[in-house]
Amino acid sequence: MEMAGEANIQPQTAEAPAFVTVTILNSGETCRCRTDESLIEGLRRMGKRGVPIGCRNGGCSVCRIEIVSGRYAAHRKMSREYVSDEDLAAGRVLACCVKPLSALAILAIGKMGKALAASAAGEVKATGAERP
Amino acid sequence: MALTGVLRPGHAQLRVLDLEADVKLYRDVLGLEETGRDSFGRVYLKAWDERDHHSLLLRQADQAGIDLMGFKVDSIASLDRLEADLNAFGVKTERVPAGEMLNTGDRVRFVSPMGHTIELYAEKKDVGNGLSYENPPPWNAAAERGIAPARLDHALLGGVDLDGTIDIFTKVLGFFPVEILYAEDGKTVVAIWLSCSCKTHDLALIRLPENGKLHHVSFWLDSWERVLRAGDIMSMNNVSVDIGPTRHGITRGATIYAFDRSGNRFETFSGGYGAYPDMKPIVWSIDHLPEGLDYVQRKLHQSFLTVFS
Repeated sequence: MEMAGEANIQPQTAEAPAFVTVTILNSGETCRCRTDESLIEGLRRMGKRGVPIGCRNGGCSVCRIEIVSGRYAAHRKMSREYVSDEDLAAGRVLACCVKPLSALAILAIGKMGKALAASAAGEVKATGAERP
Repeated sequence: MALTGVLRPGHAQLRVLDLEADVKLYRDVLGLEETGRDSFGRVYLKAWDERDHHSLLLRQADQAGIDLMGFKVDSIASLDRLEADLNAFGVKTERVPAGEMLNTGDRVRFVSPMGHTIELYAEKKDVGNGLSYENPPPWNAAAERGIAPARLDHALLGGVDLDGTIDIFTKVLGFFPVEILYAEDGKTVVAIWLSCSCKTHDLALIRLPENGKLHHVSFWLDSWERVLRAGDIMSMNNVSVDIGPTRHGITRGATIYAFDRSGNRFETFSGGYGAYPDMKPIVWSIDHLPEGLDYVQRKLHQSFLTVFS
C-alpha cells in the first residue's frame, strides 16, 4: 500500500534518489537517509536522536512528526488513535510509516519529545492516590 | 487442591493494523500455532505446550492495543462465586455466553478501573499440546518452530486508577503482590507485579496518564539461551526490538521486549523465581528502576515509560 504524502508539496513521482538529506527542525541536525526504508529507520541507524524511537510499526505514536517540506510516501498503516485524516492531509505522520522521496524538513511533535526534554532519569508523573 | 480460584492468564486479544502481517509474525516468527478463525474475523493462536484451544486472539482494527485479557478459573463454581464477589465489591459484570469465543465457555467480564476489559472463564476445549497424555516424549518438532514459547505467561497493563485495580485483583480475585515499584515519595505505587500462582507475575500493572493501555504481553521460554535464540530469530525477520536480550532486576526474568507489526509490544521471557503468598513483597524505589528494568546495562530505557499501544 503506497499513499501519497501531501505536505504543501506537488504530487509525488515514483522516482527518488537513493539517499536524501533530512533536516530535523527542532534541533537543526541533518541526516543522510535512504529512500528505501522508513524515515525512523534511517535516523535510528545513523544514531540521530532528534525524533524519539518507539515501536517502529505504527502503533505507539512517539515518532509523530510534521513534514514541513519535501516529498514522502506512506508505506504502512498508522494507528488511527494518533493519526487522523486531517493529520495525514497536513503532513502529520508517524516517522516509522513513511519513506522520504526527496530532501525533507521535519518537526518532531510526538508526546515523547516533551518527555525526553523533561527527563531527569526515572522521572515519573504519579497521578493517583497513595498506596492503601 | 492448593491452587484454586483464578489459575492463570488464559488469553489476550490484540488489535492489529494488518491482520495477515501479524498472523505471519505470531505464527511463523514467534512460532505459535493457528488454531482457528471465527465469524468476527478473529484469528486464534496457541503456544506449542499449551493444551487449551487458544491463548492469543488477533483482530483487525484501525488502532493497535489490547481488547481484553482473560483468566482461567478452576471451576464453574469458582466462576459463579467470583462473579458474586465482584458484584459485592461494587464491580459491575456481564456474562458473555459460551461460544462467542471459539471453544470457550461462559465468560464473566468487567472493566477494570484502569480501563481494561478483564474476563474470567472456567472452560476452554483441551486440544492438547501434540504430545500424548500417556508416556509422552518431552517435546516435539513444534517446540523448535520459530521462537517457540511454551505458553502465554503474563501481561503488563497501564492506566490511571492503579490503586483501585490492585484492590480488585488482590481483595476479590486472590492475587498477591510479589514486587512493587514505588515513586519518590515512597508511598505511591508506580507499578506492581501480581501473582495468582507460584510465578513472579501473572499480571503486572503500571500507573499511566491514559487508560486501557498495553505495555506488553509475555511469552514463556525455558532458558536464557532460548531468549538469545529468540533475539537471533527476531533479527533474521526484521522484528523491531525494544530492549534486550538482558535480565530484569525486577522478577529476575531474562527478557527481550519487541514489537509486533502493529506496534504492540511483546516479550520473550524466561526465569524468575518461585513466589508464594506468604513471602514479603520485594520493593523497588523509582531511582532503581534502571537496573530493575535492565540489570545488565543499568540504564533507564525511556521507551519503557513512554511507549504503549
